[in-house]
Amino acid sequence: MTTSTIFSSPQPLAQPVHDTPMAERGWLAAVALGLLALLVAAAAPEGLCGPAFWLGLGALSAGTLGWSRYKFGRGPAGVRHNNLWARASTARGAVAWVTGLVLTGFYVVLYWWPQYLENLIRPLDGLSHALRQKPADQWFLYGTFYTLAVLLMGGRALYKYRHSPYQRVRTVSVVFFQLGFAWLLPGLLLALQKPEFYFSYFWPLKYDYLFPGTVDYLVRDGQALGVFMVFWGAVMSFVATPVLTYFFGKRWYCSWVCGCGGLAETAGDPYRHLSDKSRAAWRWEVRLIYPILGFIVLVTALLWLGAAGLLPGWFTSSHSSGLPLVDGLSPVEGLSKVYGFFIGSIFSGVIGVGFYPILGNRVWCRFGCPMAAYLGLLQKHFSRFRISTNGGQCISCGNCSNVCEMGIDVKQYAQRGEPIIRAACVGCGLCSTACPRGVLNLENGPREGRYQASALISAESLRILE
Amino acid sequence: MHLVIIGNGIAGVTCAQTARRLQPEARITLVSSESPHHFSRPALMYLYMGHMRWPDVKPFEDWYWAENRLELIHDHATAIDAKQQQVHLAAGPPLTYDALLLATGATTRYYGWPGQHLQGVQGLVSKADVELMAACTPGVQQAVVVGGGLIGVELAEMLGARRVAVTLLVRDAHYWGSVLPAEEAALVAAELRRHGVQVQYGTELTEILGDDAGRVRAVRTSAGQELPAQWVGIATGVQPNLGLAAGTGIETDRGILVDERLQTSVPGIYAAGDCAQRRQPPPGEAAIEPLWYTGRMQGETVAHTICGQPTPYRRGPWFNSAKFFDLEYQTYGQVPARPEAGQASFWWQHPTRALGLRLHYRLDDHLTLLGLNTMGLRLRHEICDGWLRQGASVRHALEHLGAANFDPEFFPQHEAAIVAAFNQQQPELAPLVLRRRKGLLVHLLSL
Repeated sequence: MTTSTIFSSPQPLAQPVHDTPMAERGWLAAVALGLLALLVAAAAPEGLCGPAFWLGLGALSAGTLGWSRYKFGRGPAGVRHNNLWARASTARGAVAWVTGLVLTGFYVVLYWWPQYLENLIRPLDGLSHALRQKPADQWFLYGTFYTLAVLLMGGRALYKYRHSPYQRVRTVSVVFFQLGFAWLLPGLLLALQKPEFYFSYFWPLKYDYLFPGTVDYLVRDGQALGVFMVFWGAVMSFVATPVLTYFFGKRWYCSWVCGCGGLAETAGDPYRHLSDKSRAAWRWEVRLIYPILGFIVLVTALLWLGAAGLLPGWFTSSHSSGLPLVDGLSPVEGLSKVYGFFIGSIFSGVIGVGFYPILGNRVWCRFGCPMAAYLGLLQKHFSRFRISTNGGQCISCGNCSNVCEMGIDVKQYAQRGEPIIRAACVGCGLCSTACPRGVLNLENGPREGRYQASALISAESLRILE
Repeated sequence: MHLVIIGNGIAGVTCAQTARRLQPEARITLVSSESPHHFSRPALMYLYMGHMRWPDVKPFEDWYWAENRLELIHDHATAIDAKQQQVHLAAGPPLTYDALLLATGATTRYYGWPGQHLQGVQGLVSKADVELMAACTPGVQQAVVVGGGLIGVELAEMLGARRVAVTLLVRDAHYWGSVLPAEEAALVAAELRRHGVQVQYGTELTEILGDDAGRVRAVRTSAGQELPAQWVGIATGVQPNLGLAAGTGIETDRGILVDERLQTSVPGIYAAGDCAQRRQPPPGEAAIEPLWYTGRMQGETVAHTICGQPTPYRRGPWFNSAKFFDLEYQTYGQVPARPEAGQASFWWQHPTRALGLRLHYRLDDHLTLLGLNTMGLRLRHEICDGWLRQGASVRHALEHLGAANFDPEFFPQHEAAIVAAFNQQQPELAPLVLRRRKGLLVHLLSL
C-alpha cells in the first residue's frame, strides 16, 4: 500500500458518460432519498423518526434493487466494467471519499457514541421484539443494517453476475448465511432465552468464542445448548476448518459463509478492483496478518493458562497502570482488551468496512483477519485447491488482477502458465469470471502436481523444444 | 554480449527474458518509442472502456526491469549501421550491439482509400492509437468500423461502451469469412445484433468523406450508400513496420524476411513477432503471424538462437482465442472456414443458448482430429494440444470430452448432449460412449 499508488492514480483513458438515462437517475434518486430520510430520522423529533426511518429503508431498498435491475438485469449478460476506473464513486473520486467518510463515521458512532443512534434504534423495537423478545439496541441496528446491505447488494450481485452459475450460487450462499446464521438464528436464540450465538463465526475471527470467559458463560447459561455451542465452535475451528479447506480451499468459508466476506462480496463488490496489487502491498500483508494471528493465539493461550492457574499471579491480577484502555486490568486481560480494541473494532470495522471505497472491500480479510491467516496457511500447504491456468492462452491483459479483491496479481501466474496457489485467495472466482480468454479455473484436485506449470508457455522452459 | 532489442512488445520482451535466463551475464537493452514499459497490447481496449488504468495493463511492475538487469531506453531507433553494428537513436547516443533483434511490430494497413488521412480515421494497434481514439471520440454520435475481424469487433465494443452507434462493414458474406465457418460466424452475428451493432456484410469501404475542417463526416460503401460517421475505425489488418530495415541490406518482402531460426539476411540481426515474415513457412502455416501468442513463441525461439542454441521456430498446434462482446471463442489446431476435400466437421450447437463446439477431422480410417472451435465454452489447452500432437481420433476426443472441459464449477455440462448429437449424425458408426466427465476429481476417481 504505497501512498503513491493510492493517492495519485493515473487518469484512465475512459471518460465517464454524463448523460445518465432518466430511468437510472430515478432509481439513484430513490437511493438518495432513502439515505436522506435516514439522516432525517437520526436527527428528527420522536414523532417523525419512525416514519422517516421506514421511508428511508423502503426507498433505499427499492432504489438499490431497482437500480441494480436497471443497470445489470436488462439486456445481454456478461462482464460489465465500463468506466469502473472513471467514475468518482468507484475510482476514489469525491463520491468515494464521502462514502468512506460516512461509513467510517457510522462505525465510530456505533462503537463509541451509540447514544446518538437512538433515533435509528427505537424504530426497530417492534422488529426486535418480534424476533428476539427484547428491545432493539445498537447491535441489533448494526446487524439489521448489515444484513440488509448483504441482501440488497446480494441482489445487485445476482443481477450483475447472472451469466455465471458459480457467482450465482456463491452469492446465494453468503446471503443465506448472513440472513439465517448471523441474523435470524441469533435473534431466535435470544427469544428462547438462550445465549446469543453465531454459528457461522469461529475462533480466531470470533476470538472470544474460545476464551475461557465465553466458554464458561455458554456452559452455565446455555446448559445443554451452550455445551453444544462450545463443542460446535471448537470442532469448526480445529476439525472442520482444516478438513473443508483441504477439500475446497479457503473459499468454503471466506467467500461462501463468512459474514465479513458476505458483506465484501455484495456491498463491497463495486470496490473490489481498488485492492493494491503491488509487491509492496503483498509484503505489508505478510507483515500484518501473521503477527495478528500470532497475537490472538497468544492471548487465547494466556487466558486459558491464567484460568487454569498456570501463570504467575502477576499476569492475572489487576494493576492500576495508569495506561489508557487497560488501566485496572490484569496484563492478560489487558492484552485481550488491546486486541479487541485495535483489531476487533478499529481494524475489522472502522477500517475494514469504512475504507471500502478507498482501499477496496477486503482490507480486513487481507491484512487483518486471523481466520483468513489460519485458512491461508492451510490453503497454501494442506489443500487440494488451486486456480488452474489454461496452457498458453493468457494475453496478460490484467483483467484478473484488476478484479482480485485480495490484491493478488493473478496475471503474474497466468502469463507464466502457473497455477495460482496463494494463501490470500478467497476463491471468489471473479478472476475466472472476468478473464476474456477462459484462462482461469478454480479447481479442487489431487495435491500431486498442484504446482505444475503448463508446458505450453513460459519463458522459463522452452515449450517448443521437443 | 550486448543484445539490443528494438521494440518492447511481447516478442521483444519474451526474447529479453529468455536471453536473461540463458545468459545471465549478457547485457540486454530494450528500445521503444511507443511506451517506457512493456504493456499488453490486447488490453488497450480495456483502457478505453475504463476497466483498467495504464499501470494495470503492464504485465510487470516497473521494478521488474532493473531487478532483472534489462535496460530500457524510451527512444526511437532511426537507423541501423550493420557494418559498425550500431543502432542510431533519435535522442540518445548510438547503441553498439553484438546481436540485434527487430521486434518492431506492425501498424494499421490502409488500402489507399480516398480520404483515409482525414481526422477521425484511424486503426487500433499502438498505445498512441488508443490515446488518439480517446481524444477523438468524445461527442461522436455515429461511427463506422471497417473490417470483419477481431479488431473490428473490439472497436465496436469500445465505441458501444460510450454509446456510439456503430456500423461494421464486413467484406465477406459472413463475419471473419477467412477464418470462421458459417455456424460460428452466425453466433457472432447474433452477438453483434444483441449488442446493437449494425453489420453490413458483403460491403466494402470505397471512400471517406470529410468536412471543411478536414474531419471525417461520412463514408461511402461499395453498396453505394453514404453512412454518416464522425469517426472511422480501420480494422482491415496490419502491416509489418519495415522502416528500420530500409537501406541496411536486410531483405524484406511484406515483412522482414527471416529463416526458420528467425535470422534476417544480415548476420547478427534477427526479427520476430508481427514484423517478421518467414521465407518458407511449413505447409498450413502463415508466413506472417501477427498474434500475441506467436509473438511470445517467436521471442522465446529467437533468444535461443541468439544465445548460441540455434533453434528453429516450431510453434506446435495452432491455438488462438478471442471474445466477441460476451461470447468467448477458442480454437485449437486447424479448422478451415470451408470444408476441404477428405475432411469433415462435426458441429454441435446448443438449442437455445449461444454455445457451440466444432471438431474438425480427416476422413481417414482413424478419423484423425485436426482441430476444434468453441463458442461460449472453455476447453483445456493441454488436453486439446495433446490430442492434436498425438493424432487422436475424433471418436477418442468426443468420448473423453469431459477431460477437456475448462468451464467453471456449476456450469451446465454438455458432453452427453454433444456425444448424442454425434451418434445421431453418424448412425453408420459404432455409437460413442462418454467416458470422461469433467473435473480433476473425476480424473482422480477414474484412475
